[in-house]
Amino acid sequence: MGRKLLLEHINTPGIQGLEGYRANGGYRSVEKALRTMSPEAVLEEVKKSGLRGRGGAGFPTGMKWSFLAKPEGVPRYLVVNADESEPGTFKDRYLMERIPHMLVEGMITSSFALGANTSYIYIRGEYFYVARILERALAEARAAGWLGKNILGTGYDLEIYVHVGAGAYICGEETALLESLEGKRGNPRIKPPFPAVKGLWQRPTVVNNVETICAVVPIINDGGEEYAKIGIGKSTGTKLISASGHINKPGVYEIELGVPVEEFINSDEYCGGVSGGRPLKACIPGGSSVPVLPVELIYRTAKFETRLMTYESLSDGGFQTGSMLGSGGFYVFNDSACMVRATWNHSRFYHHESCGQCSPCREGTGWMEKVLYRLEHGLARMDDIDLLWDIQRRIEGNTICPFGDAASWPVAAAIRHFRDEFEYHATHPTKVKDPKHFEKEPFPRVERSYAG
Amino acid sequence: MKKPDHGHPHGDNIVPFTFSEAALAECREVMTHYPAEFSKSALIPILHIAQTDNDGWLSVPAMNAVAELLGIQYIEVYEVATFYSMFHLQPVGKHVLQVCFTAPCMLRGADDVIAHIEKRLGIKEGQTTPDGVFTLQAVQCLGSCGTAPMLQCGAKYHEHLTIEKVDELIDKLRAEPKRSNFTDR
Ligand SMILES: Cc1cc2nc3c(=O)[nH]c(=O)nc-3n(C[C@H](O)[C@H](O)[C@H](O)COP(=O)(O)O)c2cc1C
Ligand code: SF4
Ligand code: FES
Repeated sequence: MGRKLLLEHINTPGIQGLEGYRANGGYRSVEKALRTMSPEAVLEEVKKSGLRGRGGAGFPTGMKWSFLAKPEGVPRYLVVNADESEPGTFKDRYLMERIPHMLVEGMITSSFALGANTSYIYIRGEYFYVARILERALAEARAAGWLGKNILGTGYDLEIYVHVGAGAYICGEETALLESLEGKRGNPRIKPPFPAVKGLWQRPTVVNNVETICAVVPIINDGGEEYAKIGIGKSTGTKLISASGHINKPGVYEIELGVPVEEFINSDEYCGGVSGGRPLKACIPGGSSVPVLPVELIYRTAKFETRLMTYESLSDGGFQTGSMLGSGGFYVFNDSACMVRATWNHSRFYHHESCGQCSPCREGTGWMEKVLYRLEHGLARMDDIDLLWDIQRRIEGNTICPFGDAASWPVAAAIRHFRDEFEYHATHPTKVKDPKHFEKEPFPRVERSYAG
Repeated sequence: MKKPDHGHPHGDNIVPFTFSEAALAECREVMTHYPAEFSKSALIPILHIAQTDNDGWLSVPAMNAVAELLGIQYIEVYEVATFYSMFHLQPVGKHVLQVCFTAPCMLRGADDVIAHIEKRLGIKEGQTTPDGVFTLQAVQCLGSCGTAPMLQCGAKYHEHLTIEKVDELIDKLRAEPKRSNFTDR
């Protein structure tokens, strides 16, 4: 059994309320930080922990915090990114719904370290009922003196507000999120300036994912060094993985970074094996924006090393033979799945969610969706595959925000690893008219060897 | 609550709108969350309140009332209302069934759920039943992929769907006189 830092008490009765949360050691990090530590000392612990952003990019949190500008007399902000819209990702909702005070606690301790007196939770609009749960937790915390003026008599003031969005994946990108929080369309900003210098209302701002801020709680309670003992290399601590797709036990799992992927998929402690009594075909380990891995690259890397659930191991081999840990949105395909259909589905998502500011992204995502629609429905020609490759290549790297890359990578990886399935679609138009074509007659998967 | 005049020759977009007392109080409370000089930040939360107050959709008069409340230009409201997928700019049914059809849900049968609802209600995705009770929408990932297939109706998530569960839900909602809103408590 791996250690549980975030989910240890997730099923404890009453943990949703302040009383139950306190009874299980809640708010200790606030007492410790505000009473016995300086903001700099809190930052130092976070640095020592090696914690990396859990929102997808994996940027070291301590370093991000140390970039925060501190001009005299200008308010600074902590904004928690609870937009969680990356397909395959549902861990933040689980935390906020089941143990809302953990986020509140993490925010108080983190805001103290950053010198923020106002802090916002930007939550996606579809999670309205979760926003209500958070509001209730905040009201409880306020009534008990954990929020407001002069917290614990230390002279530190903090208010936290919940801000609901209204349905736009792009608002998860931190500068789009800030635009949206300012009451505008979610158009990502051109960087620099970075939010650490000019963020919310042009004031210094740190944006962090829900899980990142929750992880600050055990880091302050037990010390950064203790946290850094878990994991491997630069992948320290525990990570929540949202597991879904063709597995026996979908759900949110907390892993110690470093668990082998094979164990994660097959062990009863986690996914419980591939569902439907069918063989594994592919896996997307970090949300829809990361490259898909074909079966031969899931348990082992191209170098024939065991593939581990860490930032480094999952990206081993770069985009040729690797992927990314991303947000931990882990979904699995068995051999009834059609990779062309899945890719079409992804491209439809990116077309729908593009903010429309950059032409390569706005036009390219729509074009990819159309070509993939043709391929999936048996209306395409062989050279459409090359056309698709060409379009994705021209989006990547040519846009204001990383959304353009996120839209291209899944298409590139699908063609790279499953070109034979794309060709089958071009050459068997009648067969693929049935949306369940591979359910009845699985496509023979040729395992390729990437060594050497 | 007023009814939109579906039969009006100029469409529904000229039916006047004023905030109810309760909604207005809620808007005023939300505005205290932001520094006074940046009260425009309250726009999206207030549009949600206005949408609920206007039978589940944002008409032009409703958006104009929001602009006047916040002291901003009408266009600033329109450009936001048109950007976000949760804002309906046309009248919708009393219960909007939003079925997730993104990849992880597709792997677990979302397409079958949509096809079943289409057949059961006699409408296509994106349409509203003639009696104005149901609208069916296919939407992108709702952060519930581990409990797929799923749909959202108002503030509620309905998870681990089966055809039987969908049928039960439709029967239950048909008998439910109150509109399902995102802002429901
Ligand atoms: C298109 C796009 C969508 C994103 N969506 C999310 C999201 O839903 N939640 C999140 O925490 N980060 C998301 N991010 C990453 C954020 O921009 C940002 O890096 C993150 O919130 C920083 O927090 P962290 O350092 O704690 O991970 C997204 C990034 C991009 C480019
Ligand atoms: S890459 Fe796409 S989502 Fe990002 S700013 Fe450009 S158009 Fe918008
Ligand atoms: S894919 Fe349907 S909820 Fe995520």
